[in-house]
Amino acid sequence: MKDETLSVAVQNGNTLTGFSRFPSSSRRPASGWRLIPFLVAALVLIPIGTVLSSFFAPTSDIWQHLVETTLPGLLVNTFWLALGVVSGTALLGVSLAWLTAVCEFPGRKFFSWALLLPLAVPAYVTAFVVLGLFDFTGPVQTALRSWLGPDAWFPEVRGRLGVITVMVLAFYPYVYLLARNAFLTQGKRSLEAAQSLGFNRTQGFFKVALPMARPWIAGGVMLALMETLADFGTVAVFNYDTFTTAIYKAWFGMFSLAAASQLASLLLVIVFALIVVEQQVRARMRYAESKQSARADRITLNGWHATAATALALGTLFFAFLLPVGQLGIWAASSFAQDFDARYLEFLWHSLLLSALAALLTCAVALLLVYAARRHPDAATRNAVRIATLGYALPGTVLAVGMFVPLAGLDNWLGEMALQLFQIETGLLIQGTLAIMLLAYMTRFLAVSHSPIDSAMQRITGSIDEAAMSLGLNGWVMLRRVHLPILKSGIFTAATLVFVDVMKEMPITLMTRPFGWDTLAVRIFEMTAEGAWEQAALPAVALVLAGLVPIMLFMRQTEK
Amino acid sequence: MLTPRFGRYLAAMLCCAMLLGAPAAHAEQVVVYTARIEQLIKPMFDVFTKDTGIAVKFVTDNEGALLARLKAEGKNTPADMLITVDAGNLWEAARTGLLQPVESKTLDANIPAHLRDPHKQWFGLSVRARTMVYNTQKVKPGELSTYEDLAEPKWKGRLCLRSSKKVYNQSLVAMMIAEHGEAKAEQIVKGWVANLATDPLSDDTRAMEFVAAGKCDVTLVNTYYYGRLLAKNPALPLAIFWPNQASSGVHVNVSGAGITKYAKNEAAAIKLLEFLSMEKAQHLYAEVNMEYPANPRIKPDEVVAAWGSFKQNPMNVATAGELQAAAVKLMDRAGYR
Repeated sequence: MKDETLSVAVQNGNTLTGFSRFPSSSRRPASGWRLIPFLVAALVLIPIGTVLSSFFAPTSDIWQHLVETTLPGLLVNTFWLALGVVSGTALLGVSLAWLTAVCEFPGRKFFSWALLLPLAVPAYVTAFVVLGLFDFTGPVQTALRSWLGPDAWFPEVRGRLGVITVMVLAFYPYVYLLARNAFLTQGKRSLEAAQSLGFNRTQGFFKVALPMARPWIAGGVMLALMETLADFGTVAVFNYDTFTTAIYKAWFGMFSLAAASQLASLLLVIVFALIVVEQQVRARMRYAESKQSARADRITLNGWHATAATALALGTLFFAFLLPVGQLGIWAASSFAQDFDARYLEFLWHSLLLSALAALLTCAVALLLVYAARRHPDAATRNAVRIATLGYALPGTVLAVGMFVPLAGLDNWLGEMALQLFQIETGLLIQGTLAIMLLAYMTRFLAVSHSPIDSAMQRITGSIDEAAMSLGLNGWVMLRRVHLPILKSGIFTAATLVFVDVMKEMPITLMTRPFGWDTLAVRIFEMTAEGAWEQAALPAVALVLAGLVPIMLFMRQTEK
Repeated sequence: MLTPRFGRYLAAMLCCAMLLGAPAAHAEQVVVYTARIEQLIKPMFDVFTKDTGIAVKFVTDNEGALLARLKAEGKNTPADMLITVDAGNLWEAARTGLLQPVESKTLDANIPAHLRDPHKQWFGLSVRARTMVYNTQKVKPGELSTYEDLAEPKWKGRLCLRSSKKVYNQSLVAMMIAEHGEAKAEQIVKGWVANLATDPLSDDTRAMEFVAAGKCDVTLVNTYYYGRLLAKNPALPLAIFWPNQASSGVHVNVSGAGITKYAKNEAAAIKLLEFLSMEKAQHLYAEVNMEYPANPRIKPDEVVAAWGSFKQNPMNVATAGELQAAAVKLMDRAGYR
């Protein structure tokens, strides 16, 4: 924090009441900022609009069929899965975040970054490995049968509980990362405040620290939920039918992209409603920034508390990362000699480059979005922002097609114009360019970068803005000199998440990549498409290793 | 930190990205959209390029996405050829007007009539036989007979099936609808579901592992999965049985290809399609994935030949595409997940 004005602003912010109302937009001149959310939302509306436009296509027979047969069961399945993943990720993510951010226990330093590692393992890979190890034919049950006889009891791994467990293990890092961010910046301090009010530690956690971290936790859980609702790969490995299953069945099984899109629209409506409800509840609270408390003493855990903390962290790390990656490593070692060649460097380079560019773009746009919404906190803007972040809730392939179809239309139109006006054959101009790829990534992952940055922004009280304005700072200057330094950790969180997510992303990459632009994820698709899971291990391990790069960078930035 | 300088970097990078992605011109080439993955198709392309000097540029993706892409691109599509791994998607591509008919004596001579589109818009290039695999310690081959028989009560608790979400069992059921009509086909599928030893499994390999481990006695798989699994673990107590030899024959599907309606390199693309039906490429199909060559004059791989010869279902594989949606609905009604 080299910036003089900033520290003045923060001090001013703290001397004023921390819960002051945000200055209303009427006091400010209208500006170009007003337009940003609408422009971004319009962009994201391209694929969503394509999906929604299917509503008028005639597909009644498929609907009737689904309603009569599988739909009720799918909805029940989806409901339990969503509920399970939401509560599971919240519980696991928040406890681990609290332990590593505020407490001290053996291995705390190691776990604080290691617990992020599962982020780099695609969920369907974890699912395949876990099922391979624990299902009827896996080594665990085989060993049990050889000890206890052929009728040895084992819980049904392929059931609801199994798929929820795997998804919680795969998605808890979203909550962990965001909640940890919250606890690091205010956890210990809020606890001290609570104690000064006469609460004990447990009361302090539930009555002060947890509510204070609410935007972060909700943001992380929302990401996990959207990821769950859009997932197809993981549930396919478990043959657990969800709403997405119906989407893909309508499309690939019954050749009706229209029916698939209609189903996907329904999913969007549900997610939109959830976002609105969550934000309505949250809007009743105000959050204030306090100074970093990194230097505050940690709560030292002793005895069985310390053991339990270490065990929880180790257990999570083991099942979510060490086990799947260990199995992948064994498989990769056996196919390394025949599969590994110089092309892997190319795949790696493509993966890293695309992820880095996409992370940059997506975070920059999210930042503009958050800032513009802050300057103009009216209902229209809020809705625009909600729409802009909906892309994450669409199943990847549906979003990819929704993006591709209108762009191809635009391309054809451009070609037609060029032909009529200048008599030249242009072919496809914009398609197959990296710019389109990045744009598609952005529409998908804007929610991922928006959540952390938005939560961080809620920490900056209106009084800080007022102080900055009284010093003559406005617009870009205020964003750059006052807000950015405070948002830093939120932005790094966002960049890390987007980077890793883009690297794992398949459908958009497959559909929009230029010829020859294969990535590690494309390689994994190639192998798994024909059931060669063990050969997919090599690119998967490479992907996990590459995913460590942003995570390490992130830790260096936030753990100073 | 984000500074104006930083913004300029970003803009510069995006410009570079656009340039990198710009298409490069090439002398003579064929552009292929393929759902058959790189490992299983590039070897053929490589030989083709070596023999003819025509370059092959290709992009892989799943079938649904490729079809949507072709449709959206319309007459500006760069693709000359579409390759998929089942007849259903080729049928759908033809139905939605994405392909064009090809008149070629070579193709007519090399590809049997039931493995190609009656209107010659696409041609099967390799045969994927869906057959029974059983546990040799628990089942005598004499007990096995037909797909339909697996619905009988004597198989209660002895059957494992792959999920109905994969096209393989969808096209098998589609063929049964064509043969028996919907009502009887539904009875059969209901019988299968009643006989399941465990919930449907996510892939063929898993299903065979369950049979080998004794959870169930018999399952339905594509033969090349059996080949792969046995190559890795020859000791498994598994064997192939060819069903329906006295009746309709073993259900087969194809991986195949067609020329796109708006192909820019039509002549070269047809040359590639013909090449894929000829000896060299047909041998490779058999070799890279233990599939059966579509061209009946080419012998399968040695390992594959050892499983014995069998009578194929002679019904045109296009039927599988035509009745696929009906099959999916039927399986939903029968509670086959």
